[in-house]
Amino acid sequence: MTVALDRDQAFLSAIRATADDVAGPNAADVDRNARFPAETLDALRAQQALSAFIPSELGGGGVSFEALATACFELGRRCGASAMVFAMHQIQVVTMVRHLEGAAWFESYLRDVAREQRLIASVTSEVGTGGDMGRSIAAVTPTSDGACSFEKQAPTVSYGQFADDLFTTLRQGPNAEPVDQVIVLTRREQMQLEPTGTWDPLGMRGTCSPGFLVRAEFLPEQIMPTPFPRVSAESMVPVSHVLWSHIWLGIATDAFDRARAFVRAAAKQKPGEPLPAAERLSHLLSELSPLRAVVNSGLRDFVAAGDGPSRESLSTIAAALRFNNLKIAASEQAPRVCQGALGICGIVGFKNDTPFSVGRHLRDSMSACLMVANERIHQTDASLLLIAKDA
Amino acid sequence: MSHVTDQIREILKQQGRLAIDVDSLSGDADLYQAGLSSHASVNVMLALEDAFDVEFPDRMLKRSVFESIDAIASALDELQVEVA
Repeated sequence: MTVALDRDQAFLSAIRATADDVAGPNAADVDRNARFPAETLDALRAQQALSAFIPSELGGGGVSFEALATACFELGRRCGASAMVFAMHQIQVVTMVRHLEGAAWFESYLRDVAREQRLIASVTSEVGTGGDMGRSIAAVTPTSDGACSFEKQAPTVSYGQFADDLFTTLRQGPNAEPVDQVIVLTRREQMQLEPTGTWDPLGMRGTCSPGFLVRAEFLPEQIMPTPFPRVSAESMVPVSHVLWSHIWLGIATDAFDRARAFVRAAAKQKPGEPLPAAERLSHLLSELSPLRAVVNSGLRDFVAAGDGPSRESLSTIAAALRFNNLKIAASEQAPRVCQGALGICGIVGFKNDTPFSVGRHLRDSMSACLMVANERIHQTDASLLLIAKDA
Repeated sequence: MSHVTDQIREILKQQGRLAIDVDSLSGDADLYQAGLSSHASVNVMLALEDAFDVEFPDRMLKRSVFESIDAIASALDELQVEVA
């Protein structure tokens, strides 16, 4: 127990150092130039953070899921895009670790991730599915030599150009139904990526997420043994919503901290005089607190579901509603906090080059409601609510 | 039991929007592989509750309970046992 705690603490103190010393100082440049946060990824690789969640018997760091979520929060406070790249990679790792089921190819792959600090991106969205991750058009297609191939048109692949490997959802065969999905891990040398668009967005600019036409050839053992719909319900969706929401909380917390620093500076200049901004800061705290509460309880719920047979509870409709609601609530609340911080800091918050700048925070946080569009999640929830009893 | 499975099949025909003819499915065939989407599965659940006058509690509202005709039949069986 104490060994595990020490491990988490060592991991988090290294993450905080990377966040403060590397991600933070480069955040403005990453944002301005919509460039990949390469320095931060180098630092994360140097501290073996890309394999932090992989069990130690497979060569990883063996840290807890709570530590991983806290790391997303800490990185999010300094650079939202760096945090998002880190989180998306970890979502793939956590998913594989939780659904290994003794698959030899995936065990050996995770050892490679630990040894080589390989970065994994995901290709879950697809042109033509209307944003529904639960359907695929592209399919695992057997080739004449017993191998497989696929070709998938993805509207966005975050950091696709910088990833070593891709985790891709596909129909399990050429004749399979759109909902009959599997997930496949392919390595860089097995793939061709053809960019199909540009990347000049409002926020989260450092994630570098244009569209790609992805082609790959691979072996059947690179298909995860558990069907994707179960992987999705028990791991990928709740893990995504928990880790993303920690990033959004991190971004909002830093925006709040900047507003607080602004108020303190103003208070020091005119001690004893009435300070309307101080009152607005108090209002803003009451916007930040519910965000923190919803994010923390989402993490607790996920951890409480466990990783044994009890985790099947995550595939209930009640659990789907809970984790969907975490995503909706956090993604709507984070930009409110950032906008409140802008209101307090005023022009020095609006300018991009002051210690109180919160423009990047506001823009980054606005990506939250469209990473799996909230309206699509509401549509799903509306249907689930017809049958759920206690949500 | 066979009467129950006939009714389940009828509901799947009406609400399941499966790509395959329901009559061609065996009792243990995977309904999700047959194209049952999560949206359609909710309609199937609603229709089952209505037809059998039961309410599935939240703990039973999960994928594995509705993955085949046999699984649905045993879930209904469990509920009726509980009611009795």
